[in-house]
Amino acid sequence: MDAIILQILNGLDKGGAYALIALGLTLIFGTLGVVNFAHGALFMLGAFCAVTFERVLTLSERVRDPSVTFFEAYKEVPYLTIWYGDAGQAIVDWAVPLSIILAIPVMLIVGLAMERGLIRFFYKRSHAEQILVTFGLAIVLQEIVKYFFGANPIPLTAPSALTGSVDLGHWLGLTGISYPLWRIVYFLFSLVVIAAVFAFLQLTTFGMVVRAGMADRETVGLLGINISRKFTIVFGIAAVVAGLAGVMYTPILAPNYHLGMDFLVLSFVVVVVGGMGSLGGAVLAGFLLGILQSFASMTEVKAIVPGIDQIIIYLVAVVVLLVRPRGLLGRKGVMEA
Amino acid sequence: MSQSVMTSGNRPEKGMGKSPAERTEPTGSGLRGFMRSSGGDYLLLAVFAAAILTMPIWLAPIGAGYPDILQKFAIFGIFALGFNILFGFSGYLSFGHAAFLGVGSYAAVWMFKLLSMNAFPALIFAVLVSGVFALLIGFVSLRRSGIYFSILTLAFAQMSYNLAYSVLTPITNGETGLQVNRSDPRILDQLFGGTSMTVPDIFGVQLQGWAGFYFCAVLLILAFFITMRIKNSTFGLMLFAIKANQTRMSFTGFSTRPYLLTAFVISGMYAGLAGGLLAVTDPLAGAERMQWTASGEVVLMTILGGVGTLLGPVIGAAVIKYLEQIFSSFNEGLLHRAFDFLPTAVQDIVVAIVAPFVGEGWQLTLGLMFMIVVIFLPGGIMEGVGRIARRVRRDKPSDDGAASKAGH
Amino acid sequence: MTTDILSISGVGKRFGGLRALDDVNLNVKKGSIHAIIGPNGAGKSTLLNCLVGRIIPDQGTVTFDGGSLLGHKPHAINQAGIARVFQTPEIFGELTVMENVMIPAFAKHDGAFRVNAWQRARERGAVREEAEHILDDLNLWDQRDHIVNSMSRGDKRRLELAMCLVQHPKLLLLDEPTAGMSRADTNNTVDLLKKIAERGITKVIIEHDMHVVFSLAEKVSVMAQGTVIAEGSPEEIKASETVQEAYLGGAHL
Repeated sequence: MDAIILQILNGLDKGGAYALIALGLTLIFGTLGVVNFAHGALFMLGAFCAVTFERVLTLSERVRDPSVTFFEAYKEVPYLTIWYGDAGQAIVDWAVPLSIILAIPVMLIVGLAMERGLIRFFYKRSHAEQILVTFGLAIVLQEIVKYFFGANPIPLTAPSALTGSVDLGHWLGLTGISYPLWRIVYFLFSLVVIAAVFAFLQLTTFGMVVRAGMADRETVGLLGINISRKFTIVFGIAAVVAGLAGVMYTPILAPNYHLGMDFLVLSFVVVVVGGMGSLGGAVLAGFLLGILQSFASMTEVKAIVPGIDQIIIYLVAVVVLLVRPRGLLGRKGVMEA
Repeated sequence: MSQSVMTSGNRPEKGMGKSPAERTEPTGSGLRGFMRSSGGDYLLLAVFAAAILTMPIWLAPIGAGYPDILQKFAIFGIFALGFNILFGFSGYLSFGHAAFLGVGSYAAVWMFKLLSMNAFPALIFAVLVSGVFALLIGFVSLRRSGIYFSILTLAFAQMSYNLAYSVLTPITNGETGLQVNRSDPRILDQLFGGTSMTVPDIFGVQLQGWAGFYFCAVLLILAFFITMRIKNSTFGLMLFAIKANQTRMSFTGFSTRPYLLTAFVISGMYAGLAGGLLAVTDPLAGAERMQWTASGEVVLMTILGGVGTLLGPVIGAAVIKYLEQIFSSFNEGLLHRAFDFLPTAVQDIVVAIVAPFVGEGWQLTLGLMFMIVVIFLPGGIMEGVGRIARRVRRDKPSDDGAASKAGH
Repeated sequence: MTTDILSISGVGKRFGGLRALDDVNLNVKKGSIHAIIGPNGAGKSTLLNCLVGRIIPDQGTVTFDGGSLLGHKPHAINQAGIARVFQTPEIFGELTVMENVMIPAFAKHDGAFRVNAWQRARERGAVREEAEHILDDLNLWDQRDHIVNSMSRGDKRRLELAMCLVQHPKLLLLDEPTAGMSRADTNNTVDLLKKIAERGITKVIIEHDMHVVFSLAEKVSVMAQGTVIAEGSPEEIKASETVQEAYLGGAHL
């Protein structure tokens, strides 16, 4: 029982990342009809926004280390600490969550630029060509990052207040469930972002138009609403969501330049399982597959079916595509070919 | 055929007295394959064979006149030819073809280990195993079309890749890669008192250096010939028809899935052959060959050359492999020497601009090329050549433009 | 004695809450031209889709030439002898006219699936000859090497008809063959269809143009709200009060 709960918890943070990326993918597909193979790269860019922000915050001065007395020792002290003392130290400590401030505008600009500069020329072209051009873009983006940040993973840490583990068992009345705090934070964060996206789509007029556009593009076009402008913004939002998912994921997995590709394939699978163009489906499938994957990595499961943890998600996708091609929550007739 | 053809008098006279062959000789659509005369095909084949076999001569001036790179041209040419049978002819975009390449390599190395260093059993086994593998994956993936098909093939390739690194380590030797050892059993070689050499051969001729290249080149020409026959055959026509309008195909009485599956298996076998040849020229197989970026590379080769054309994929493969060789061999020192003729200040700037694209940055160039080709030249080099050719001889009627618009 | 080649009985189909077809009964005599008319949304195209296997009805039976059509794939239904002309031509846009006509002829000769990857398509003499005859018949000979995408709309429709006729179907389904055509083109098409009639192919035709219907059809079925509300000879239909009210809304014929 404890083990099961632990596995569910383990799947939540990864599931949150899948859900956030898949949400953007499906939003773009539903509104713009574009298959965006560069979406994983947006996740990766988000992660590197955090890296950049952390680097800026920790710009340091070499000062003499007074604690070492036998010889002349130096240490790097961030300017922030020098200027603001403990407050500065705290800012450095909270670099990852704070980098959201940088990530939102950066990702928004990246998203808008991508849509205006490239994607919009591909609305009328085949899905194959969309896949190919965004695939090329994904390579370009990851190689640019590699050029500036190198090929090695860059570890970032969560704020010290959020680094430890919590004894969840205590709350749940079970024993022996200790769980890294940041993963809980990530899960909650992904819920907040998902809720924000849904609220935005449900409660604003803008969101209404977007949802109507997803349901029936032609009609909305006929109403004289400038959908293309709206869709540009949708793309921006999707980019921000993917970026934020990337920012907050850095303490869980040290980002490297091909992080995006790794997540992209999985997120596509998530979208397919959830149902192309279904927002709820993307979220549901994201968490479901995250949890499933964590179950599959249990040693007990691996003992029965070796290697299952490596392929479980793909296996699920294959089964879903064959048995229920529209996905878990997909609408009938949408992309059911 | 029922002879109740209508009795109207308006049937054109021209058709009546002539033999069918005379009647349908094409007028404007010279680029289309199905109706072209067989003489033209054999001429094309002869020219192709001559061009491939003389590559060491005419590619020497651009620094590609050595066997290592030329055999890469040939091997990836085969890979792209096969991929084109699926994607180019039938329009089904597989994003997992590298899996078959990898499987072919593993299969070939296993034959080297178990049977003999002779290349033939290895290649036959590679083609068979990848064919079976393609049959299984294709059977499932082809239940869907469009992006779903692409994602399914991608998922299968990723599965194979992940498994090759994990559970299947006994077969694939994981990250180290599968290698040939002196201590391998090699039953046939033992039987016939063969050597303990670890270099693949064909009946005593070691497939290294130029021998390796010519071996690959002959297989490429063979592969090209088979592709040409397929393209001109009824089967090929059906694939192009599926690409043009699959709905009409089923309402026309064709069960399209078996056609696609056949194309999928054939193209998987080509990939297997290419993978086997990679093992022949260097008896080593690693899982990285199955990565999905490798699948993306063959897509690029095909579209760069010209989707659905005969020559395009071979040209595309050669261009990519050539550029890869050139770009990745450069480093900053070499760049400085290359731009030696410029004043130092300018030289530094130029080098700084070019440096990110070469050496380690080859992938960046590849990505950019990918985008540029898809955006500006979706018909690939073959279409570009066609455009130029048409501009040169402007006497052709508009009819010709329509023909090439179809992408052939 | 004439027999029914196609009998539809009690066919019903729902899409969600919408009842698209409701207890449709229809019999088509062998060798006849049978028109189905009715206002938009009456279920005419849905019915046609049921016949070719695109849609599977919820209830009812469809019998063609002595066997049931239900549960068969579109290609099997075509192989059984039903060809269909679509409202917007479904043709192989990137191929030549000749190829477009040869492909259905291959289906007739080789069946639903046969790999012939070695012999050249053009060297299949019998198939080519049939295709050439049809092209002659339908005045498409001069365009035989044209890429289909570059043809006019009227020519495309004629080509699709040729693609169906080359298979010598037992039953030909035509979905608004004159929709969007000029008067002259419409007249040409009517003439063409009349000529084909001489071949003894049974035809079911959906049409809006009453001129076309009444100059071609031997029997007319009127559909409204997913069911057949009247059936009879063109004269009877013209005279029928029910039809006037339900469909024509008092408009003159």
